[in-house]
Amino acid sequence: MMITLLFFAHLQEAIGQERIEMQYVPQTVKELKQQIETRYGIDLRHVMVAVNEEYAREEQQLKPGDTVAFIPPVSGG
Amino acid sequence: MSEPLFMITEKPISIEKVIQKVIRPEAGAITTFIGTVRELTNGKRTLFLQYEAYVTMAEKMLAQIGKEIREKWPEAKVAITHRIGKLDIGDIAVVIAVSTPHRNDAYEANRYAIERIKQIVPIWKKEHWEDGTEWVGNQLETKAYPTGKPEGEDFI
Repeated sequence: MMITLLFFAHLQEAIGQERIEMQYVPQTVKELKQQIETRYGIDLRHVMVAVNEEYAREEQQLKPGDTVAFIPPVSGG
Repeated sequence: MSEPLFMITEKPISIEKVIQKVIRPEAGAITTFIGTVRELTNGKRTLFLQYEAYVTMAEKMLAQIGKEIREKWPEAKVAITHRIGKLDIGDIAVVIAVSTPHRNDAYEANRYAIERIKQIVPIWKKEHWEDGTEWVGNQLETKAYPTGKPEGEDFI
C-alpha cells in the first residue's frame, strides 16, 4: 500500500528527487504536506496539491494508489 | 487532423499548425496569441529559459481552459500549444488560437486563455541569467489558485 509523490521546479531541486514512493498513506492532503515539510525542511504554504491530476483541497482524503503532485505557483505562458 | 487541440511539446511550435486547427466555415475571426521569450525583465538580461511541466496534467488543464471558454463563448473553438525545454530569446513558448463567428469574442476568449494558463496550468520556467538562476513563480502576479480552490494557510 503506497502513494506516489511528484515534485516539480524548485521543490524537485530542494528534495533532490522528482518522484518518491511512500509506503504509508497519510489521512489527508494537509497531513501529508505537514509530514513532507518536516521531513525535508521545506515550506509548502504556497504550494498547491493535485491528487491524480486534479487540484485538491487540504482536507481531501488520500487512499492507496493515489499520485500526489506538489505544484509550486505556476509560471507558464 | 492528427495533433490534439491542447498539447505540450518539446519541439518548436508551428504557429500555422495551431491556427489550422481552429479554421472552420463558421468562423469570421481568428485571434492568435504568441508568447515569446523576452530578453530583459526589470532591467535584467535573460540568457535563456528552461520550461518544465507536469505534462499529463498540464494538457488536461489546457483542455479545461478550452471547456471554460466554450461555456463563456459557446461558438468559440480553441487550440493551445505550449512548449517546454530550453528556449532561447525570441523563441515561441505558447501559441493560442481562437476562432469565433465575430471578432470581439475571439479577442476576449484569447485573453481569457492566456490569463488562465498563468493561473492553473502546471508549467514552470527557470530564468537563467549571467549571474545565476531562479524558478519563476514567487512573484505575486504569477501566484496561482485554481478557481474556488485556494490553498495554503495564508488563504484560510
